[in-house]
Amino acid sequence: MPTAPAGTLYRGREGMWSWVAHRITGALTFFFLFAHVLDTALVRVSPEAYDAVIATYKNPVVNLLEVGLVGAVLFHALNGLRVIAVDFWSKGPKYHQAMLWSIVTVWMLLMVPGTYFMLQHTISAIFGSA
Amino acid sequence: MSQTEATEIGAPRSPRTFGSSGRSNFELYSWLFMRVSGLVLVFLVLGHLFIMNILDGGVQRINFAFVAGRWSSPFWQVWDLVMLWLAQLHGGNGLRVIINDYAERDTTRLWLKAALYASMVLILVTGTLVIFTFDPNIG
Ligand code: HEM
Repeated sequence: MPTAPAGTLYRGREGMWSWVAHRITGALTFFFLFAHVLDTALVRVSPEAYDAVIATYKNPVVNLLEVGLVGAVLFHALNGLRVIAVDFWSKGPKYHQAMLWSIVTVWMLLMVPGTYFMLQHTISAIFGSA
Repeated sequence: MSQTEATEIGAPRSPRTFGSSGRSNFELYSWLFMRVSGLVLVFLVLGHLFIMNILDGGVQRINFAFVAGRWSSPFWQVWDLVMLWLAQLHGGNGLRVIINDYAERDTTRLWLKAALYASMVLILVTGTLVIFTFDPNIG
């Protein structure tokens, strides 16, 4: 077995970094799904057990992590659509960079109001309801 | 080379057949599955995140009664069941590829994949049971 790869296929720039981000966000989401199916399974134990675990999701720090998770999944979804377009659309490879900057723009346009709505309660809890 | 042994040339782009060499088209179908399941997951997962985290007060309004209300409808039961299976198979297959990429020793790959497949079975069985056996009057 070779101990060091002979040469490299990593080419840098948008193509490589979007792939790195796609891989990290995909793996992260998969690990979260493991925890999330198990915490939801507490509905089979008792309403109290379920409400107790859901209370951790309402904690301000965890609430912030949820924004990160939604951002990660949203990137993975949009970039996944871009990968599909590159693979199946005849002009996809030509426009792969333009498509990346388009999905980054869509990501930001959705995340700004999304973050506001996700943190609304946490912000008013910390700074007092105006 | 005699005439009877002439190589057979299949129609263009027909799946390769490897005969007794023990190889298959598994990776082709897995590549295709990632794309088809990804398309469906865009609607199921982004819809789920929007409903649960953003709409109508987001996560702050979720509790046992909220879940009981949703799962009284077959529509949300089917939504959640399809999302569970597709996300688990899509994410699990993705992790299989990642393990193949980075774990170079045969035994490391074997054990990582054994752990991965065990976790997938655990989550698929638990999640499916929870959706099918949910009891709003428990406790
Ligand atoms: C929301 C819609 C989604 C879309 C459109 C999507 C799309 C894709 C596509 C097209 C690939 C293949 C990339 C390639 O072959 O280069 C992929 C890989 C992957 N996806 Fe998704 N996906 C989605 C949701 C998810 C979810 C919910 C999870 C986790 C449970 C997930 C985890 C992964 C993982 C771990 C990989 C492997 C990454 C790699 O090999 O580098 N994806 N996704």
